[in-house]
Amino acid sequence: MSTPDEPQIPQEELDHIPGAEPSSRMDVWWWLVALVVGITALLLFAWPDPFMNIFKFVQDGIVITITVTLVSFLLVLVVGMVGGLGRLSTNRAVHIISTLYVELVRGVPLLVQLIIWYFAVPVMIQSLGKAWAIPALESFQANPVVMAIIGLVFCYGAYMSEIYRAGIQSIPKGQMEAARSLGMTYFQSMRHVVLPQAVRVILPPIGNEFIALLKDSSLVSVVAVADLTRRGREYASIHFDPIEVWMLVALLYLIMTLFSARVVNWIEKKTKFER
Amino acid sequence: MAQPVISIRGVHKYFGRVHALRGLDLDIAGGEVVVIVGPSGSGKSTLLRCINRLETYEKGKIMVDGIPLDNARNINAVRREVGMVFQSFNLFSHLTVLDNLMLAQRVVRKRPPAEARQTALELLDKVGIPDKADAKPAQLSGGQQQRVAIARALAMNPKVMLFDEPTSALDPEMIKEVLEVMLALAAEGMTMAVVSHEMGFTRAAAKRVIFMDEGQIIEEAPPDVLFNSPHHERTRQFLGKILSH
Ligand SMILES: Nc1ncnc2c1ncn2[C@@H]1O[C@H](COP(=O)(O)OP(=O)(O)OP(=O)(O)O)[C@@H](O)[C@H]1O
Ligand SMILES: [Mg+2]
Repeated sequence: MSTPDEPQIPQEELDHIPGAEPSSRMDVWWWLVALVVGITALLLFAWPDPFMNIFKFVQDGIVITITVTLVSFLLVLVVGMVGGLGRLSTNRAVHIISTLYVELVRGVPLLVQLIIWYFAVPVMIQSLGKAWAIPALESFQANPVVMAIIGLVFCYGAYMSEIYRAGIQSIPKGQMEAARSLGMTYFQSMRHVVLPQAVRVILPPIGNEFIALLKDSSLVSVVAVADLTRRGREYASIHFDPIEVWMLVALLYLIMTLFSARVVNWIEKKTKFER
Repeated sequence: MAQPVISIRGVHKYFGRVHALRGLDLDIAGGEVVVIVGPSGSGKSTLLRCINRLETYEKGKIMVDGIPLDNARNINAVRREVGMVFQSFNLFSHLTVLDNLMLAQRVVRKRPPAEARQTALELLDKVGIPDKADAKPAQLSGGQQQRVAIARALAMNPKVMLFDEPTSALDPEMIKEVLEVMLALAAEGMTMAVVSHEMGFTRAAAKRVIFMDEGQIIEEAPPDVLFNSPHHERTRQFLGKILSH
């Protein structure tokens, strides 16, 4: 999307921030990230017992939380695009299926969906295997992380579909018509003309979804995934020090969300100036 | 006359209950410039948009360069040969001027980058803005944007160019620069169908003027004949309104 050989200073930059460098404003909020990291480091090194012990215990949970969030988010971006295009399709069947998906999935709490994927779906698959005498299905064992990712993607994909749909609809119809009149197919026009513009429009809501997904990933602790939240609960139940454990867990989430928010903000600014 | 480049037979178009085109017949020969005039809502845009199938139509037949517009493959084939220029320019706003001109050449015509770039730069030169290749559309004036839009359509080497009120969104001082490009194109022998109320351009370039009202062609004649001594009362009334400006 970017054009590296664009020499001139974009007009917006000159118009909106006379005399001020945009990067200096951004620094303020990076300080907040630094502050939270500093407080956390202070706790860890000034009171290694219990904070460093807790941290060592939950650190594999942090890795799981980040992995689950990133993998789910990448898949959500794809599912949302397909769902959003489906919602706008002139094909009746495609339109109805994607609308049903969006409307039904958004009406059921995420926690309930995660429980269905982990506790109900595997049993369903096993009994189908029994009924059809397919041994592979009969002995199906759900992997908690895989089922949790499926659950998150299925749910967040529905919300993301609506974001894509709104973004695509916000691009003037003339853009698609101009592309079509040059002989480009519907998908070529979407890919080269409409989506690149829509993505810029929906970057802020997509960023919000990422941060929401990061926080909601804590729900997977209920379905046997050893993420940060679950590891925290395990530690607390062994050592009976809930205050320290949940303070540190909250700080760790805060570091991740504040950092993500800064990155999202930085990407937004960068693409805005490229316009 | 040889086979017409555009042949329209008995075309009807409905928007729900609005009967926008009512049995239209029109032939446009190769190299001919036809200007279409008529009151707002008479179906001028709809007619142009049917020629490259941006609108579907319910009845009748349209052939472009001998290809009937009846299935998806033919429609894409026809769109490659028919350039369209819109009232609102519709440049791809996320791309530079150069990329606007190169995109369809690359994606549709599958030209290698160097060739597409060469074609684009030559056309920018031709429409008089060789120095704006790296600008974004928003950094250009309306007249410049419209000339880029014309160049973008020409980059596909179309056999026909359709213009839907190309100058009506422009300030007066920019109209001339766009009309000059169109006049040059007409002089080169491009087949053109132009919806426009620009009398000067019409007199200079058009062989025929078509007056449309309520989805029908009311009359057609060379510009001098139609403007000076129209047959129909409706044409007279309409011309009275636009000539008084
Ligand atoms: N997308 C649409 N949906 C519904 N009705 C439409 C649509 N486009 C055009 N129409 C109707 O079809 C008729 C012809 O419209 P068209 O835009 O072709 O007229 P026009 O001659 O180009 O007018 P103008 O000079 O205002 O551009 C009008 O009655 C208009 O309201
Ligand atoms: Mg019109």
